[in-house]
Amino acid sequence: MSAPAQNASTRHAPAQIPARAPGPIGRFLDSDLWYNFRRSPTAMIAGAVALVCVIGSLFASWLAPHDPFNLASLSLSNSFIPPVPLKGSQWTFPLGTDDQGRDMLSAIMYGGRISLIVGFSSVLFATVVGIGIGLISGYGGGTLDAVLMRIADVQLTFPAILIALVVDGIVSAALHQLHEVTEIYVIIFAIGISNWPQFARTVRGSTLVERNKEYVMAARVIGISGPRIMLTHILPNVLGPVLVIATINLAVAIVTEATLSFLGVGLPPTDPSLGTLINNGNSYLFSGQWWITVFPGAALVIMVLSINLLGDWLRDALNPRLN
Amino acid sequence: MADSPAPLFEAEHVTRVFDVSGPWLQRITSGEKRRSLRAVDDVSFSMSKGTTLSLVGESGCGKSTMARMAVGLYAPSRGKIRFEGEPLSAARADARLRRRMNMIFQDPYASLNPRWRVSRIIAEPIRAFGLLRSAREIAARVGELLLQVGLQPSDGEKFPHEFSGGQRQRISIARALSSEPEFLVCDEPTSALDVSVQAQILNLMRDLQRRLDLTYLFISHNLAVVRHMSDRLGVMYLGRVVEIGPADEVFSAPLHPYTRMLLDAIPDLSMSGRSRTPVAGEVPSPIAPPPGCTFHPRCPLANERCRHERPEYTLSGAMLVACHAVAEGRRAA
Repeated sequence: MSAPAQNASTRHAPAQIPARAPGPIGRFLDSDLWYNFRRSPTAMIAGAVALVCVIGSLFASWLAPHDPFNLASLSLSNSFIPPVPLKGSQWTFPLGTDDQGRDMLSAIMYGGRISLIVGFSSVLFATVVGIGIGLISGYGGGTLDAVLMRIADVQLTFPAILIALVVDGIVSAALHQLHEVTEIYVIIFAIGISNWPQFARTVRGSTLVERNKEYVMAARVIGISGPRIMLTHILPNVLGPVLVIATINLAVAIVTEATLSFLGVGLPPTDPSLGTLINNGNSYLFSGQWWITVFPGAALVIMVLSINLLGDWLRDALNPRLN
Repeated sequence: MADSPAPLFEAEHVTRVFDVSGPWLQRITSGEKRRSLRAVDDVSFSMSKGTTLSLVGESGCGKSTMARMAVGLYAPSRGKIRFEGEPLSAARADARLRRRMNMIFQDPYASLNPRWRVSRIIAEPIRAFGLLRSAREIAARVGELLLQVGLQPSDGEKFPHEFSGGQRQRISIARALSSEPEFLVCDEPTSALDVSVQAQILNLMRDLQRRLDLTYLFISHNLAVVRHMSDRLGVMYLGRVVEIGPADEVFSAPLHPYTRMLLDAIPDLSMSGRSRTPVAGEVPSPIAPPPGCTFHPRCPLANERCRHERPEYTLSGAMLVACHAVAEGRRAA
């Protein structure tokens, strides 16, 4: 048959497209997404700021000038030192100190670490739960789908912060003796559980589209089981929108955690997150020590804003209709 | 239809009804009744090994539904499908029998998982049935299959989007062949391709049929394609097979008025002066099919009987036809 030979020759005749770097990193640098990123100043600035926040927080134990949790290094004589350009400031405490003499910069870095850990973990929790329910709902269909989606609808009628508050309240009360140890897990669970419906609905919608595509039927014809089709065929094809929601949700989760901590139902003062720091400084706002609350607040805004801008950019970059 | 003692595949009075009624609440509030769509209506045929049966018909005549039932993607509402004499559900439950059937799909852009490399796509049936165990054997087999469909073994490293429609259809065929099937259901495998590429794919499929002794259930709306491929040909209209017989005879001496209408609509390059009647009218809604013979609103031979009585099959030579006019010998000019 001449057809295949002809076919092969036409395919190899034209000069190869510029050689691409091998491996996943090479593929990423070659991708539309990276090209798009390099073209968007907003995304680059937001990415850089977010990177600084993440590195500063995650490596706080090495980067922070002081250890705000080491009681031995704290001295009450250092309390209420104002931030640097002001009168009486010291370069050892560039952003000033709080009522206990803790360095604000270090406290913010350690607090940011807790905020990020809680944010990431709760988004991960919501993503796993949401993807699981969305896949089962979309692929299974029928009554199960109807029941799961009505539950999601009901939950979506309440503000997420309210759900988190209620869940946090109930679980904390049930575990009150272990409060200090378990609080971080409780808050991750509470924020995660308040956000799963968004993921579930998105995944379900994409699953409904994918499950009727012919590649899924091809897998069904040879007898691949439902769970396997969901995990190996459908899941990789519905992850795009999930990534976008997860990024935007990370910002929301961090703010939710800060809100809960600010309201005093979140993380305890022994393990302060940005919200706890803001709450702590709030009482000194009108006695002149504004920096105790303003700097953690500014850090929160910068972190959340940069993540949000990244999420917005990602949503646009992954939207095939805009490209 | 008993041209072979042990048919590989049989369909007996197969019917598939879809429920297309609105949501429950809407039905209650607006007093709407349940509506059903009879996509396939009492279809029977059998196929012996190594042959090709084609089903042709206009859009919405139920040919794709029939194809999907043939591999068990849909269950028939009524009737029986047998594969190697076993009921299809039992055959599907048995991996050894299931391995022997596979399907080639219509849309080469949707039938390959965009996130999988070609080698993984083709190896999926091999792994699913445990035909080969070691990664090296599987890779060698995938390379062999790619060569067999006219691609290079190195193409296995690529993703589906790096191929053209025709090349993707070759990949689809390689995947379908990787489980070493005997029975292939081809649901319009060329309708999404350019005419020149169609010919390549059809030639490849015929070539593979000869070499591997494959049996094809071939679904198409294109009579020219069907002529190239079939041993037997069934013409479907609104879910029914209105005429079925040896492909040559259906083309040379069509009996059913619908078949004649379709054949008349093929452009005639030789300008033989054959009087051509253009295909008239639209296919009626399958949700509310006309009473009697469903073809009567478009049929030039229709009379009162056709409007009320559903025609049964009559045997005319080697052909089975469901038409009152043919049975009565009413042949209009």
